[in-house]
Amino acid sequence: MLGDNVNSLNMPKITYISDAGTSRTVDVPVGDTVMEGAVQNNVDGIVAECGGNCQCATCHVYVEEKFLPLLKSMAEDENAMLDTTASPRKSNSRLGCQLHVTAEFDGLVVHTPPTQQ
Amino acid sequence: MAVVIIGGGQGGFQTAASLRAEGYQERITLIGEEAYVPYQRPPLSKGYLLGKQEQRHAELRPASFYEAHRITLVTARAVAIDRVSRRVTLDSGEHIEYETLVLATGARNRPLPHERVFYLRTLSEAAELRQRLANAQDVVVVGGGFIGLEVAAVARTLNKQVTVIEGQERLMSRVVAPVVSEYFRGRHEDKGVDILLNAAVSEIRENEVHLRDGTRRPADLVIAGIGVIPNLELAREAGLPAGNGITVDANLRTPDERIFAIGDCAECPNPFAEACVRLESVQNAVDHAVCVAKAIVGRGAPYSAVPWFWTDQYDIHLQMAGLPEGFDQVVTRGDLESGKFSVFYFRSGRLRAVDSINRPADHLTSRKLIGARAMLSPDEAADESFDLKGVLPPP
Repeated sequence: MLGDNVNSLNMPKITYISDAGTSRTVDVPVGDTVMEGAVQNNVDGIVAECGGNCQCATCHVYVEEKFLPLLKSMAEDENAMLDTTASPRKSNSRLGCQLHVTAEFDGLVVHTPPTQQ
Repeated sequence: MAVVIIGGGQGGFQTAASLRAEGYQERITLIGEEAYVPYQRPPLSKGYLLGKQEQRHAELRPASFYEAHRITLVTARAVAIDRVSRRVTLDSGEHIEYETLVLATGARNRPLPHERVFYLRTLSEAAELRQRLANAQDVVVVGGGFIGLEVAAVARTLNKQVTVIEGQERLMSRVVAPVVSEYFRGRHEDKGVDILLNAAVSEIRENEVHLRDGTRRPADLVIAGIGVIPNLELAREAGLPAGNGITVDANLRTPDERIFAIGDCAECPNPFAEACVRLESVQNAVDHAVCVAKAIVGRGAPYSAVPWFWTDQYDIHLQMAGLPEGFDQVVTRGDLESGKFSVFYFRSGRLRAVDSINRPADHLTSRKLIGARAMLSPDEAADESFDLKGVLPPP
């Protein structure tokens, strides 16, 4: 059996807060994406129409400011895609499918936008 | 009241999911032939085949999603549609009644008339190929289209000796202009792939492929990606018209008003094509599904989405917007040497389609330009200092 410590390293906890304020905290395996963490746990507010290929901008999330330094800087395609989101782009906007979870993500909080489509 | 969807691929799944998102409350049954929850196919020839992704990454939703949304998944083959009594017969002999039927039967791989050939469409096939690829040294890919080239790129990345055999005079000839074909041929050759054009297989032996012109290549694994055949039999046997696809109107309805057809199996009017078209893409399947779900809940509107496609080969990301059919002029924006450029297709001076190679912003702008039927001249498109967004109508 793995200890709690080890487990949390492999399965960081991510909290998704909907526009209406509903909060869900789920365990997401390291290496999966923030989008996959939502989809695999039936978290509403993430559509992921293209299946995580950075093609549709329906996994848009607002990342709580204090976690922004943990994230890898965005590639050109994510930046371009974020210009097409259904809800307004903000300085903390990212696409969930481009955020690959690392152990440091434990405790990450993201907000889902009012609409994805 | 009940919706029955035949086909558990991207389109079938999306229809069910969108129906619930649209507030549809009645019974939804999704009939799929494969013993998996619905999954997406694009990763099968990319990250999954490479071993970077697993089955769960391809699954569109976990099994619990269907339970939570009261979507009944049935693993079976639909063998008949009785349009009078409105029921679908399964290979088990069981019947399922429908109020509305959605045909999302997809397509199957076109086979080569040879033994010892592997194909890639389903998760099972991908799983087997992944294993065989690990043990192979000399891989021959028949077909220089998206699937063939994606598989070739994966095999080469895994350090296999790779030969691509293409019957036409250039790669991806059905969908892209010569400049794009040549660019991809160059990149594959740089990586060490042996590309044989105007070539045809005459024989496949245990460890060797023979071509009609006498060329031979060692092969311990032969994979074909030479196009698909849409699954139209079920519709035809039910008396529904089908040509290159199941014939549907602008609302994706067959002449039987209770039956829709979507995705790879459907041939429908497309505002961005000259005639009715049958497209094979995730975008087409998803947008068709959303359109039909809205129609079922009484918020229907003619299908009007801009077609787009993508393929990933090595680190080359090709995104296509629009349909280039009948183009008579092509201009390039950006420098081919830089590996980042876009190709604009015009017909009689009007923009038809854009292929973007590692230029995602161009691709997204192009979707809008084509959707808005914006007036962009070839000279403007080729001029990097010209702001493409400048010709978009105000939002």
